[in-house]
Amino acid sequence: MKPPTSLKTSVLFPLNKDKILLLGLRVLAGLSVISLLFILFYLSKEAIPVFKNIESIKFFTDKSWHPLSGEYLLLPMIVGSLLIMAGAMLFSIPLGIFAAILSQFYAPAWFANVMQRLVEILSGIPSVIYGFMGIIVIVPLLARFEAPGTSVLAGVLVLSFIVLPNIVLISRNALSQVDAIHIDNAMSLGLSRYAIIRHVILPQAKSGLFTGIVLQSGRAIGETLAVLMVCGNVVQIPGSIFDPVRTLTSNIALEMAYAMDDHRSALFLSGLLLMGVVLIIILVAEKISPRENTV
Amino acid sequence: MFRTGLITTTIILLSLFVSACEQTANSPSTATLPSDQLTGELSITGSSTIAPLAAELAQRLESKNPQLRVNVQTGGSSRGLADIRQGISDIGMVSRKLNDNEHDVQAHLLAQDGVSIIVHKSNPVTELTTEQIKSVYLGKISNWQSLTGRDKKITVIHKAEGRSTLEVFLDFFKFKNTQIKPDIIIGDNEQGIKLVSRNPNAIAYVSIGTAEYNMKAGTSIKTLPLNGVEATTEKLASGQFPLSRELNFITKGKPSLLTQAYIDFSKTDEAANIIKDFGFVPVK
Repeated sequence: MKPPTSLKTSVLFPLNKDKILLLGLRVLAGLSVISLLFILFYLSKEAIPVFKNIESIKFFTDKSWHPLSGEYLLLPMIVGSLLIMAGAMLFSIPLGIFAAILSQFYAPAWFANVMQRLVEILSGIPSVIYGFMGIIVIVPLLARFEAPGTSVLAGVLVLSFIVLPNIVLISRNALSQVDAIHIDNAMSLGLSRYAIIRHVILPQAKSGLFTGIVLQSGRAIGETLAVLMVCGNVVQIPGSIFDPVRTLTSNIALEMAYAMDDHRSALFLSGLLLMGVVLIIILVAEKISPRENTV
Repeated sequence: MFRTGLITTTIILLSLFVSACEQTANSPSTATLPSDQLTGELSITGSSTIAPLAAELAQRLESKNPQLRVNVQTGGSSRGLADIRQGISDIGMVSRKLNDNEHDVQAHLLAQDGVSIIVHKSNPVTELTTEQIKSVYLGKISNWQSLTGRDKKITVIHKAEGRSTLEVFLDFFKFKNTQIKPDIIIGDNEQGIKLVSRNPNAIAYVSIGTAEYNMKAGTSIKTLPLNGVEATTEKLASGQFPLSRELNFITKGKPSLLTQAYIDFSKTDEAANIIKDFGFVPVK
């Protein structure tokens, strides 16, 4: 079977409809690139004034984040954002992939169906609701072990709940894309279900799984309100998972409404840093992304 | 044909939209009709403490003057001040006394608001002195036992930079924000009340109006008296409660007819009753 890319060149009689569609697609694609550039431009424009008054090294060497007293330490919030995201992915990736394997290959049809619907509903719940549940359930629960409960761990747990449903959906989608003929072949060779999943399906679905995970990490690091509600928001590099932490996004949400001058610019810089972090994640992911295995 | 139908619909909708835009653009926005009714638009921005009150006052005024539109937006006292200075809004809301370098604008005192220390309802501690509160926020006292309470670690809740409650609090206790050792940093009053009502060992400071409103609604918090004065709106009105702040409307230059009308209305008895409903104390 030829790959679908051959459509690009091998259509002999392109119709007018094709041309109109092509034009429309080009405009839309251009718009999305332009809007990204516009966001970058605007963020930079608002963030740059901060460098006139504050040496950039201060964002990493100041004693604390107290912009009104001239202290501009941003480093703990970069660490905080990365830590919460990494923690959440650590929880939700294995859980999500195993849940997808279960519903795709092991569970009886009715169960897989119910599960699919439930996960779809879960993925549609706004994250602020998860944050609310975090305050009411998770934080008091953690406070029993170590007061006050608003902590890195609370953030990680709430964020895991937020990204998990999407990871299940995307993983299941990637698993179901695997060509049925390979599965049939493997079965006719008498391989066990485990062996087929482990050696035939997972290698083929790898690239799809990976893309889904990268997209979800981007979402995790951008999540704001739920994290703000349960993390405690103290600006520090946490010493344990029970310590409070503030993320770049919470910092913007907490202080933007009241910020002026350099303080405001510094918050735009937080936003720019956040975009930078996401960009680095995507680039690194691109580099280490597994190639699709062709059998 | 389906396609033609779609295009026709789009064109009709677009033309409707354009004509609607033209209409609003043509209508006069700040002219006054030859009657005693107020007409036009008034924009008010600033402190989130004052905003709900300002919006309620605006609604009353609007119901008396159907041609009047008042637009209230929050963003903090700092934004209220900045907007007035840049001429973006007509009235600014600032929930503190104006500083010495801010007398380029005129303040119109609206009401008094108190900041009170709150703890969980079940907390056996009934009173804290100024010194004790200081020690708690500076991290010198970290267990309720040293304050005749239970043997539990204190959860210190503090506000994010820029909030006016924070400024009042820092001012009163002569703190620098860098000295404070918080366990949790929050944004608005409601968030603080929610956290304290869920945590028997927490301490926070919020606006008295908000605290009283929540206690009436049955939330598990209580206010602590300060220097022997109970944190109630009555004590605030009599001027006895020490940890308090001014709620101001600010204007720059000669106020317009609408601005003046709104500020005059905020000083009527009718407005005073609304102010009381919000847990603030109107100016006599």
